[in-house]
Amino acid sequence: MEENKTLTKHSPGYGIYILVWLALVTLTALTAAVAGISFGKFSIVVALIIAMVKSYLVLSEFMHLKFEMKAFRVFVVVAILFFLLLIVLLFQNYSYY
Amino acid sequence: MSTENQAVIHVHRDDVGARMGMWLFLLSEFLLFGGLFLMYSVYRYNHQHDFHVAAEGMNVFLGTANTLILLTSSLTMALAIAAMQKGNKILSLTLQIITFLFGVAFLVNKFFEWRAEFRAGNYPGSPILTAKPSGQILYYGLYYTMVGLHGVHVIVGMTIIAFMIRFTIKGIINKDNYVKLENAGLYWHLVDIIWIFLFPLFYLIT
Repeated sequence: MEENKTLTKHSPGYGIYILVWLALVTLTALTAAVAGISFGKFSIVVALIIAMVKSYLVLSEFMHLKFEMKAFRVFVVVAILFFLLLIVLLFQNYSYY
Repeated sequence: MSTENQAVIHVHRDDVGARMGMWLFLLSEFLLFGGLFLMYSVYRYNHQHDFHVAAEGMNVFLGTANTLILLTSSLTMALAIAAMQKGNKILSLTLQIITFLFGVAFLVNKFFEWRAEFRAGNYPGSPILTAKPSGQILYYGLYYTMVGLHGVHVIVGMTIIAFMIRFTIKGIINKDNYVKLENAGLYWHLVDIIWIFLFPLFYLIT
């Protein structure tokens, strides 16, 4: 029973959430500004990297993943790895067209 | 009545288990949207030029505004949970209501955006749209499916938050038992993450 309430002990202050939000807004402004610049093929890569950084912030801070048991992080990482594998395998077919 | 219920909840309570169940559900949501993102990636790969042309018709201002609305609503949701953890019921309730109102604002923006698209004749199956190159038809098909499904998730999230507001008022969610609010927050943040990817993929192709 004690272990079930681990989150309470880590109850973060309001400040960290506001900092994370500021970072997310800054990254949104960055991705919108960068979209105007043409990196050619790399435009999509830059946009996706920024989206991944934003998702990481939401997952670890807002969704408390960094405070949860390790099993929670394993779930998420395994799901993401399999999804990436799916994309790689899919484009093994499509890159030949 | 309510004290009796809480006594029962305390006996069978497992907050970590409740959150784990929510995370497993969220992973199934990830695969639901993941399949659509796979479809998007293949069609975009095969119709790069058409996707670029079609995306130029998107309202980037409304898309950016909606991104900021959802990010801020995620903040207010996270703060609502923190406030509840600290035992500040009124602040938590206020933040939950603000989160709900951000959801309303998102949908209002979406309404204006889609109304403009429909008036321009870009609705599914319209004569104007079907006359366009197949890549652009695919873009709009994916746009309505993925953004629409995301919109449904916003409505579901708002419904859940409405229940959380009711539970908070009734004291079912309180300083010592707020896992329902946490799980509602997890769902709301997932909706935010999906939008974080939809936004650059549909609005920022240049």
